[in-house]
Amino acid sequence: MSAMPLASIEGAIEFIFSPQYSNVTGGKKVGGIDQVIELAWNQLWLTIVALAIALLVALPIGLYLGHRHKWESFATAIGTAGRGIPELILIAFFAAAIGVGFTNVMLALAILGIPPILANAFVGIHQVDRASVDAARGMGMSELEILRRVEVPLAIPTLMGGIRSAAIAVVATATIAPYGGYETLGDFIINENVYGENGVLAGAILVALLAVSLELALAGVQRLLTSPGLKLRPA
Amino acid sequence: MIDPLSLAAAGQVGEDFFKERDASSLCQANDANLFCWDWAKNNIDRYETFFIEHVELVVISVLIGFVAAFALALLAHRWQRLRLPFLLGTGVLYTIPSVAFFFLLLPLTGRGRDTAIIALSVYTLQIIYRNTMLGLDNVPRSSVDAARGMGMTRRQVLRKVELPLALPEIGAGLIIATVSTVAIATLAALAGGGGLGEVIVGSERGLGISFKTNLIIAGGLTIGLAIVFGLLLMGVQRMLTPWRRVKAV
Amino acid sequence: MNMNPTRWRAVLALMAALALTLGVAACGSDDDTSGSATETASTEGGDEGGAIVSNPENGKVTLTVGSKNFTEQIILGEIYAQALEAAGYKVKKDLNLGSETVALKNVKAGTISGYPEYVSTALTSFFGKEPEEVPADATEAYEEAKAEFEKENLTAFPPTPFASANAVGTTVETAEKYDLETVSDLEGVSEKLNLYGSPECRQRIDCLAGLEKLYGLKFKKFTPVDIGLRYTVLEKGGDNLSILFTTDPQLSAESDKFVILEDDKKVFPAGNVIWVTTPKVVEEAGPDYEKTITQVQEGMTLEVIQELGARVELEKEPAAKVAAEYLESAGYTG
Repeated sequence: MSAMPLASIEGAIEFIFSPQYSNVTGGKKVGGIDQVIELAWNQLWLTIVALAIALLVALPIGLYLGHRHKWESFATAIGTAGRGIPELILIAFFAAAIGVGFTNVMLALAILGIPPILANAFVGIHQVDRASVDAARGMGMSELEILRRVEVPLAIPTLMGGIRSAAIAVVATATIAPYGGYETLGDFIINENVYGENGVLAGAILVALLAVSLELALAGVQRLLTSPGLKLRPA
Repeated sequence: MIDPLSLAAAGQVGEDFFKERDASSLCQANDANLFCWDWAKNNIDRYETFFIEHVELVVISVLIGFVAAFALALLAHRWQRLRLPFLLGTGVLYTIPSVAFFFLLLPLTGRGRDTAIIALSVYTLQIIYRNTMLGLDNVPRSSVDAARGMGMTRRQVLRKVELPLALPEIGAGLIIATVSTVAIATLAALAGGGGLGEVIVGSERGLGISFKTNLIIAGGLTIGLAIVFGLLLMGVQRMLTPWRRVKAV
Repeated sequence: MNMNPTRWRAVLALMAALALTLGVAACGSDDDTSGSATETASTEGGDEGGAIVSNPENGKVTLTVGSKNFTEQIILGEIYAQALEAAGYKVKKDLNLGSETVALKNVKAGTISGYPEYVSTALTSFFGKEPEEVPADATEAYEEAKAEFEKENLTAFPPTPFASANAVGTTVETAEKYDLETVSDLEGVSEKLNLYGSPECRQRIDCLAGLEKLYGLKFKKFTPVDIGLRYTVLEKGGDNLSILFTTDPQLSAESDKFVILEDDKKVFPAGNVIWVTTPKVVEEAGPDYEKTITQVQEGMTLEVIQELGARVELEKEPAAKVAAEYLESAGYTG
């Protein structure tokens, strides 16, 4: 009976790069760089699409409410409340309601991404210095122009903070996408019977790396978007 | 008591054991139904133990996480040398998604409630640590200098000036940590730790990962619990810091 | 402060066992034509069939009952746990451990005393046998598995009457659309269909690996899903295949919706359930351990298992309650 080695960093690295025999006899190897890349890309793509949808929904609402300074308690509360959404139950519900696969998990993740984006968009715009806004209004700018040319640039740090928060939450939850029938790196973590302890460790390392990379990428985007004058302020 | 006839045929179930059932007429057997009220009414008590377990998991983990985070933050605030290692340490923990953390602990600490509490406490710790450090860092230097000028010792400055001014930030951290922990505690069932996740992937999984009524009840209880905790803590914070508005997110 | 929940359950289990003992002893004295029930606790316990007699000697032993991670396993785990409690043991439950390799790991490590395994799974998944090497005769299969287990310093008790096998299932519509009756009918068609199964199905020779190797089938896509979703993936429409179990209650209760394809090449051997445990536990627990487990298995026919499954999966009753109903109806408990 084949027995997979116990977890070790070397074992995990080996798992990432070359296929290993599974605990379940059957001859098919598991792991290896091809499967790693496939699952990592699945998770990344899932995150990107879910975030895109979340942005599409949350950004306009948050920006609008912030600009009009309406519904403040709702907008700030939703940020905190959003963190209380149980991810596993959400994914399971969509699987039961719509079916397993990419679409269902992506919708569940989009819902998870909406609260931080909406709340931060609101707070960011809401807290923009009123004097600047009044000045712009005085100069004859339309409401949309004020938003675009004055409020948003000043709110970039907070806005991006919300997007980064959403991204981390989504990519982390994408780890349990296998429970909704879509394979991501979480597969290695959840199914120790197939991938062994090294697989679990490898999965955890890979997910952490993915999360860090995403965070760094978004930090870079934030730096690009922040106008030079603001860069003097702490992010 | 025991019928001698049934004893002779022991090893065979009674004649009336097999029930006629029409799956399509049973609300809970029908995948199409969103929520089965009757079933929910009759079976809501099955969720009681798991709900209580869930509350216990959250309360214990948040307490441990808070105490540990607070202690670490005070240490790092006092001795600047500790800041970088602590930041790196909590930063590393921050990037590991909670699910991964649960499964990483399994071979080390086994299945069960303790493993779940360790994982949840660590998660709470890094949120509260960050927020406490942020709060303490944001205390205006002028206030600290004024207090020192008045002759207060370091400890008195901390107790009477810095901590009260950092309270909103610390409070926000506590609220976020608690609400997040309520959500993540549903995963504790994956490590055999109890909580509401048990009705989906745990020992009570007969209720079904695909039974929408079950998912709605479990989800509703979780979200409800999160809201209750959130409001409770916000109320406490408001009482303790009447001079500052409650910050969210 | 509250007592730790595990302690509460142990206390309740002990009280239940005591109540059962008193009940059985009281009942027994009413009727002396029923041989086994009138025996007061001897060192041996009750004989074949009949009520389980509680043996106070067993109270010194704590057993931990494990199970794998789907409803049939949890029902079996509950039945065995309650039966062992009725026999006077202190019983802890650690059900829903995971799939077969995880459960076996726990037995070897001693974290559980034992768990119910399918002979076919043991032979193909643990011991690398090809499906055609799995004996069709239940006793022969059991002997072979037991011999293999003994090489690993484990042992197994005799099998249940019922056997379960994997099966390729689909909706009635899909079967009619592609004219599917046997698994071989999937030839040429399988490239258009998605297959859903448990995560280890990919590796298992009595699952996807066998379908690919021995039937020569290639599927459009294989997606691993939780066993609890095996019918959900079919419910949602589309042309999908799912790995089901022959003991599933849905197959009889919803036979107008779901159908399984006949395994004409015999890639999915049926396996009876055997209790896997270690010689050490057997020695510590005394003769009532094996006796109780094999005794309570006698009533487990295919119809009974399907009925129990229907109560849990269709009616959504608690597994513990359903297990108790079985034990009572079959006369094992008062």
